[in-house]
Amino acid sequence: MDRFFYLTFDGLSRGAVYAAFALALVLIWRAARIVNFAQGAMAVAAVYVAYSVTGATGSYWLGFAAALVFGLLLGIAVEKAVMRFVDHSSPLNGVVVALGLVLITQGVLGMVYGNEYRPVTTPFRRDAFDVGGIALLSRYDVFVFAAVGAVVVALTLLFTRTAAGLRMRAAAFAPDVSRLLGVPVGGMLTLGWALAAAVGSLAGMLVVPTELGLHPTAMDVVFVSAFTAAVVGGLDSPIGAVTGGLIVGLLLSYVSGYLGATVAPMAVLLLLVVVLLGRPGGLFSSSKARLA
Amino acid sequence: MTDVREKRATEAVQSKAFKRKKTPHPIWYAVAGAVLVAALTHYLPPFRNYQLATVGAYFTVTAGLTVLTGLNGQLSLGHGALMATGAYTFALAQNRWLALPLSFAAALLVTTLAGVVIGLAAARLRGPYLAGLTLAVAVVVPSVTSTFDDTFNSDMGLSIALDPPPGAVAMEQWQAWLCWTGALITALLLAVLVRGRFGRDLRAVRDDETAARLAGVHVARTQVLAFVVSAACAGLSGALFAVLAQSVSPGAFPLTLSLFLVMAIVIGGLGRLAGALCGAVLLVALPALAQTAGERSGSQRLEGNLALVIFGVVLVVVMLAAPGGLASLRLSTIFRRKR
Repeated sequence: MDRFFYLTFDGLSRGAVYAAFALALVLIWRAARIVNFAQGAMAVAAVYVAYSVTGATGSYWLGFAAALVFGLLLGIAVEKAVMRFVDHSSPLNGVVVALGLVLITQGVLGMVYGNEYRPVTTPFRRDAFDVGGIALLSRYDVFVFAAVGAVVVALTLLFTRTAAGLRMRAAAFAPDVSRLLGVPVGGMLTLGWALAAAVGSLAGMLVVPTELGLHPTAMDVVFVSAFTAAVVGGLDSPIGAVTGGLIVGLLLSYVSGYLGATVAPMAVLLLLVVVLLGRPGGLFSSSKARLA
Repeated sequence: MTDVREKRATEAVQSKAFKRKKTPHPIWYAVAGAVLVAALTHYLPPFRNYQLATVGAYFTVTAGLTVLTGLNGQLSLGHGALMATGAYTFALAQNRWLALPLSFAAALLVTTLAGVVIGLAAARLRGPYLAGLTLAVAVVVPSVTSTFDDTFNSDMGLSIALDPPPGAVAMEQWQAWLCWTGALITALLLAVLVRGRFGRDLRAVRDDETAARLAGVHVARTQVLAFVVSAACAGLSGALFAVLAQSVSPGAFPLTLSLFLVMAIVIGGLGRLAGALCGAVLLVALPALAQTAGERSGSQRLEGNLALVIFGVVLVVVMLAAPGGLASLRLSTIFRRKR
């Protein structure tokens, strides 16, 4: 039973990170109808920036801030320089371009930093507190929950309470009408990409210390988990993304805890297949069918 | 009398409207290719033969993938995993029975079955969903090999017992023959398949599913078939790579391999077998060039990664500037169309 509690909290902590990453995917999907397959690679790039800044200054928090800012700028750059020009007549095009970005990012990171695993520091210790003899949460887990919670609250406020959020929703929902009403649709798209990339960078900062270490391909498996989380919740639904993230996190934690860590990716694949075949719109979808 | 004349007239109109420029039957290309490869293997030094063989092995999978993605509109990022399936099956069968044709047949069979399973799921998915699912399949390979490590020997992989080539043939020459036999048969079968009704069905489904269904095309069956055919090609290619390396390990089939395959089919024009061949050549030539460049500059980090960056840039630039691939670029179209 102790083990069960431990795995549950561990799963929720992992799930929070997947939720953040899935949120980043959902943000871009809602804004541009593109699943950003380069999200993982972009997040790794941001974590490498944090690694360099932390190495140079000795401060984790400076690196943390640098990663978020870099993520924001990278999102803007990718949207303005590449994604804006993608021909949307076929949904394949956006995916293929994003895959090209993955190759470029991984190649550049490999050239600059080399293809070895690098250990990364954490701001808090990762050994768990004991509550009544049961190891439950570590300080780091608390930090993860706080950071992801803050992001979720901030995004909710942005989209429901601010004029900018309303414009972003309008631009995504009905671009042509919004343009007529004076909403800078292109700018909103860029803002969406910037926000999503920053959230993705945050998720990268949170997840990399809990995995093997920093490597140009460190986020490949995480990306698949987060994609699964986004699909479980429905690519259109931010609440779904958070819930989906927690579900995937718990599943991964139980499977690695009881069956072995190597089985975990197969469990994710199975979940993805079941959800895609059973409820392709996701558990929280409002629309009946989605073709692209 | 008038009937016949009318019929002739309509036939003439139809043939003008519907028949394009007559191209030679694909079998002549295959024969020409076989002669060319046989001649090349005779004169090339061993290392070049090995590279030639690798081009053939890549061509086997890119040909199948370009039919799936280009003609049927299904993007698979899981072909690296299907190649791994073929390679592992080949290795296990070869080490048990030591009979080359049997091992190839086993690899084809098992990958075809895997293709049926994934294809059935894929036929219900579109665009990014399908890409995401197949990506998950690609990522799961190392996990499978470590979970069932008494069969697949985890990250270490398996080495393969190959009989020495018959007669006085050098190993590299033998490998080149095997790979190009596979590649040319695959390409020939695909070309014949695509020219006929199946090819028309593929395109109809890609362009408009509803219209295809109204015209009597069984959409789901066409999609599953396309995936299965392409998976079989991937399986054969994987087996050929196993012959080339004389070993298999999960490290030989990383996610980047699947991305490289996508690059290879995009650059030469989606849906064209010639484009797939062009892509296969680039998959061998560019990393080799990048490695030479890396060695010249004396930087180890440059060696593997330069190729990644080049492939990535090529993929992005081709998709943005010429989605039809390099073959679609003609000077006239560049000048006529102002963007």
